[in-house]
Amino acid sequence: MNEQTLEVDIWRGGAEGSFQHFSIPRQDSQTILDVVTWIQRNEDASLSYRFACRVGMCGSCAMTVNGRPRWTCRTHVSRVAEQGRLTIEPLRNLPVIKDLTADLTPFFEKWQGARGHFKGSATRHDEFAHVLPDEPARQAASAGVECINCAVCYSACDVVSWKEDYLGPAALNRAWVAFNDERDADRKGVLQAVAEGGGCMSCHTHQSCAEHCPVELNPTAAIAGLKKASLKSWLRGGRTS
Amino acid sequence: MSAVLHRRKAHRNHPAYWAFIVHRVSGLALALFLPLHFLTLGLALEGAMALDKMLAWTASPMLKVTEWLLVTALALHLTGGLRLLLAELVGWSDQQRTWVAVAAGVGIGIGLLFAFNAFA
Amino acid sequence: MTATSYALQRLSAAVLAPLVLIHIIGMIIAIQGGISAEEILGRTQGSWLWGGFYGLFVIAAGIHISVGLNNILSEWTSMSRGLVAGIAHGYATLAIVLGFRAVYAVVFA
Repeated sequence: MNEQTLEVDIWRGGAEGSFQHFSIPRQDSQTILDVVTWIQRNEDASLSYRFACRVGMCGSCAMTVNGRPRWTCRTHVSRVAEQGRLTIEPLRNLPVIKDLTADLTPFFEKWQGARGHFKGSATRHDEFAHVLPDEPARQAASAGVECINCAVCYSACDVVSWKEDYLGPAALNRAWVAFNDERDADRKGVLQAVAEGGGCMSCHTHQSCAEHCPVELNPTAAIAGLKKASLKSWLRGGRTS
Repeated sequence: MSAVLHRRKAHRNHPAYWAFIVHRVSGLALALFLPLHFLTLGLALEGAMALDKMLAWTASPMLKVTEWLLVTALALHLTGGLRLLLAELVGWSDQQRTWVAVAAGVGIGIGLLFAFNAFA
Repeated sequence: MTATSYALQRLSAAVLAPLVLIHIIGMIIAIQGGISAEEILGRTQGSWLWGGFYGLFVIAAGIHISVGLNNILSEWTSMSRGLVAGIAHGYATLAIVLGFRAVYAVVFA
């Protein structure tokens, strides 16, 4: 094992494929994204991968690195390379387009399925909504609002891999944000969307989502809130299933 | 060489995940044990002596250990379950690592209390 | 899980928690100096209190087992939904039947 080289296994192909091995020079302050970019530019131009901002803001570069879903631009090789070895794969729980690019379509479909879009009722002619920042509901919404849909939590979640219809941590976290937004006109609809088969009840509080979220959100906490609200609604007779 | 994509398992090495495994495995073990428990007690239908014969059989060392493990499983399932009921029905706490540790400690402690009374 | 099965599981859990605690305490006390049929039956025979206690225990446990087994089988096996429901409900029913038989045995027999 050479201290100056990295031994990298990269997934090539789609759902079927194999790992391709590269030995590449090790550099100071190298990130996983640097590794993938170096390989694509110097070794194999046919390698497909996705990135955008390179500075830990957009979430586009998320991949599975040595078994964990991470933002590759924010993952230093020195922190994850086990004895100079790296295994890089596309995000888990999503269909693979090619090599390291995953298809996020199911992720966004589930986002919509959890009623992740805002339903307003006011118009430009109405007064601004007065929402106090320290109200508990606003604080709950603000705690989850920074999600940038990188799908790291979705990949980390085992329930997502066990149940195809499970909406997943990001979608449910978003639903909780909508539910706590007093300007949203259909918060009851949010509960209905998350109380069905693949909804919040399927969460087993593993907290893998919270452990892996690069923005330090806690979808498990949001889902716990949805569970409580759903149970209350069920007890009051609001049966959805 | 072609292989089906080897879906690497996400990093599961954290307390809340271990707590889930303990909760599920203990629950399964208890569920499988329960009919045996009921059939044993049902021996009372044949009289106290029939039940006593079975109880004497379960007093063997290996079965006593199994008994202790089941009581510990019940205690851990209880404490873990209370942690979840608290988090979901009362209110979430961000200190789940602490609560997992407390639940594990109390559960194991109850198991030990049983063991000290059963084996001493 | 559906909203209803989730509610039933959490509610049965809330019922089971105090019952299990009492049962564990009872077992720790009873196991001191060994356990005998006389000790058990001496406490339970003819007691409507113990009958009611364990009867409630059996029902709550049956519901709890049904939902729990359903979750385990549907998440960790590739069995069809119908088969999973059949096994989960069937096993829970068996447990309830045997449970009531046991309650009858120690209280009324």
